[in-house]
Amino acid sequence: MVNRTILASLLAIGAIVMASGVTISPAAADPLQSLRGQAAVDDPDPSTPIYPVREGTRFDRSYLQQPPMVPHRVDKYEVDLKVNQCLRCHDWPRNAQENAPLVSVSHYTDRTGTKLDKVAGERWFCTQCHVSQVDARPLVTNKFQPAIEK
Amino acid sequence: MEQAETVAAGRRAMTLRGLLVRIWRVLARPSGQLSLGLLLLVGFLAGILFWGGFNWGMEATSNETFCRGCHEMDQNAYREFRTSAHDQNRSGVRATCPDCHVPHDWSHKIMRKIQASGEVFHHLLGDLDSAGKFEARRPEMAERVWATMKATDSRECRNCHNFDSMDLSRQNERARADHSRAETEGLTCIDCHKGIAHRLPVGTLDAERQLNETWNAAHPNPSSR
Repeated sequence: MVNRTILASLLAIGAIVMASGVTISPAAADPLQSLRGQAAVDDPDPSTPIYPVREGTRFDRSYLQQPPMVPHRVDKYEVDLKVNQCLRCHDWPRNAQENAPLVSVSHYTDRTGTKLDKVAGERWFCTQCHVSQVDARPLVTNKFQPAIEK
Repeated sequence: MEQAETVAAGRRAMTLRGLLVRIWRVLARPSGQLSLGLLLLVGFLAGILFWGGFNWGMEATSNETFCRGCHEMDQNAYREFRTSAHDQNRSGVRATCPDCHVPHDWSHKIMRKIQASGEVFHHLLGDLDSAGKFEARRPEMAERVWATMKATDSRECRNCHNFDSMDLSRQNERARADHSRAETEGLTCIDCHKGIAHRLPVGTLDAERQLNETWNAAHPNPSSR
């Protein structure tokens, strides 16, 4: 008896929605876009362009907290639990001799606030935030605006 | 019974000694029957066979397939060499194990081959037969290769890379500055270029600094390095 009442009210709501002209059919909304584009499943996927790393210049940050980008290639560097080859040049005190920018001092403080003279473990994996700079186009159109006028 | 065995053993020793003596007599006596031409011809052919066989053996043990023959190398050294800059790069030129680990000139090559018998010994002992054992010994093994490379002024690197053919103007700014500094200060490739074909051991940066300091203190004149 209760079930029948619920069914009846659902049907009534459905009739009202259809009558009022509101459509909930997905076909009428914007078609979903996957990163793969409109290619059908069995069509070959067009390859994404490979952008060369821009060396010799430094890209500006788009906002103050942005991890600075790396103006050279890092793809063959070993960064793992044993070794971090980035630190060969960018760690204190060797950076002066190598004439390389120092890792930000914030990276020498661990999560309890203890100040260290070695890069903190939670900041060890550089490429988690810092990537080589390339002129890549955004994968999807978006409304991001840099914090400073260019 | 025991006495009979001793006698038999004594007789065997006698016959072996007799055999050796007979062979020696044949070798020491000038040939009465064979012509000098035949002797020379046989000696010549045997020479080709032995020398060719020796060189064939050297070649057969100096290639990637042979090096990968033991699983220590195949599962560790070779696996991590794949995708390194010396295995995969833009121009498709590839270095194989012996290009870096076997000297090209004859005398150094023979020395290296003799040393390699020690590596066979450690293979038989099973000193590196697991990934854990390999990792535990990696610092020691890496530092040994680094020291060798310093002692030979990175001879094997320079079979392909040499300063005279390096066009510094085509290098990026950092490489240009460091390579011209290296040339004037008499540095050698391995001083900076470590881990270019294999993964690095733990504590590499400290080990590198220590090696460079001790080595450079012991060899103060850059030209003698």
